[in-house]
Amino acid sequence: MGALRDYTLNHQVALLFVGLFGLLGLATLLTFWRGLRELTLAQEASQERLWRDLRAVWFGAVLFWVAWALGAVVATLLFGLVSFIALREFISLTHTRRADHRSLLLAFFVVLPLQFVLAGSRFFDLFTVFIPVYVFLAIPLVSAFGNDPKRFLERTAKIQWAIMVCIFGMSHAPALLLLDLPGYSGRGAFMVFYLVAVVASAHLAQDLASRWLRRRPVARAISRNFSWRAWGVGVAAAGLIGVALYWATPFKPIPALLMGVVAGGSGTLGGFVMMALKRDAGVKSWGNRDSVTGAVGLLDWVAPLCFAAPVFFHAVRWYFGLGTSGAAS
Amino acid sequence: MTLPEAAGLFLAALARLITGAQGHWRGAPPKAEQRIYFANHQSHFDWVLIWASLPGDLRAVTRPIAARDYWTSSPLKAWITREIFNAVYVNRQRTDDQDPLEPLMEALRSGDSLVIFPEGTRGNQGDPQAFKSGLYHLAEQFPEVPLIPTWIDNVQRVMPKGEVVPVPILCTVTFGAPLYLRPDEEKRAFLTRAREAVLAQRHAAQHG
Repeated sequence: MGALRDYTLNHQVALLFVGLFGLLGLATLLTFWRGLRELTLAQEASQERLWRDLRAVWFGAVLFWVAWALGAVVATLLFGLVSFIALREFISLTHTRRADHRSLLLAFFVVLPLQFVLAGSRFFDLFTVFIPVYVFLAIPLVSAFGNDPKRFLERTAKIQWAIMVCIFGMSHAPALLLLDLPGYSGRGAFMVFYLVAVVASAHLAQDLASRWLRRRPVARAISRNFSWRAWGVGVAAAGLIGVALYWATPFKPIPALLMGVVAGGSGTLGGFVMMALKRDAGVKSWGNRDSVTGAVGLLDWVAPLCFAAPVFFHAVRWYFGLGTSGAAS
Repeated sequence: MTLPEAAGLFLAALARLITGAQGHWRGAPPKAEQRIYFANHQSHFDWVLIWASLPGDLRAVTRPIAARDYWTSSPLKAWITREIFNAVYVNRQRTDDQDPLEPLMEALRSGDSLVIFPEGTRGNQGDPQAFKSGLYHLAEQFPEVPLIPTWIDNVQRVMPKGEVVPVPILCTVTFGAPLYLRPDEEKRAFLTRAREAVLAQRHAAQHG
């Protein structure tokens, strides 16, 4: 695998995408083949779910490829759009009142674009503190001007959270793309690829493991599937994928393993937190077909990434000693 | 493609970006037949939302009602309502010699579908107000046209009364089974039944 390191950039890119689309094609063929047999009702339901998941993964992969092909600006815009749709979904299922109208406008039309502009222009100092420091004050202030004290803390906390997860978390993906690492410039997209691959495989492995292992859940009221054993399997899978992809990253094999573990672990834990939020909102899945809103369920897909991306981003910056000086260039 | 068509597509895309504008056809499939849609009314956005949730070929034949004095007061408003939406203008001030429903009847006679808000005015959150009698008179005159009860969910959060910029929040438009005026049905009874049909769509929208 070390030899892959010496390939030119274009060859490595081609290899990654051939691998990705090859795997997807294989999965699609297998699903299709499975669908040819007689299925029981339960199997048919799972088959339908499988198709839906596959469609989503295909969509994501193609989107990623387009982002890659069209460069950093388009990629930032695409991630911004994903963030917008995720935030729309989050807010739709959150209780807000009339007085929050202006703060919601602020979140959608000022905070979101600004955060992605900051990411796109590599202004990483402000990018990191803009939401936790400035927006943290601005949102409750605007809500307070709305002159409605009823459930004020709860409302503002929910909006803050929506912003943290959907905007702040998501914006770290394009930031990663643009992070200039020593001896690794122009290859940020590999980092995003690595992050997405690691988080997705952790999620998938944990999902499968929880179905087969049937361990005692850690918190039954929140998720019947989440057990430490299954989580461990997910983290291990993330580490393995991390090592397998190390040639595409600036890391050596061992750090690549650790980075995979960190990103995969935080992603799956983030997914667990999202489960708790969903239970609180009274829905099973953000894209529940029967829910009030008919949401597309994007949040289900991107939430683990939203939690993992900031952790991974900062881990990478620490690793390269960029953490203290701020300016990454 | 003409400019109004392009502007219409743009508006529909914008409405979809902001609200999702998902149409759920629970009682009758979307079909190019003459219909009267009647819906709850909570914001200025309601008409655009219904219109955006209709399939493209139905948009061209489905018309809103617009108050003449307000919607022709500036060239832009007049252009939007006439060219893009092909609105039916009505006079708000009642004159003795003209039936205020006459423009609606004329549109129905020429085969167009209409969207009406029988509460007459935008309500606050909560249950819709009692329906005005216009719906009854239309049903009396055109007993063969299906009346489709429609519930617009969540839109008051998108644009509460008094605000001008919409917040992106997902909304659904639920279309129920067609309703007809029964023979010998009284006005009051019919209007109550129609209002309950709209409320039933709310229940369907919120509880699956």
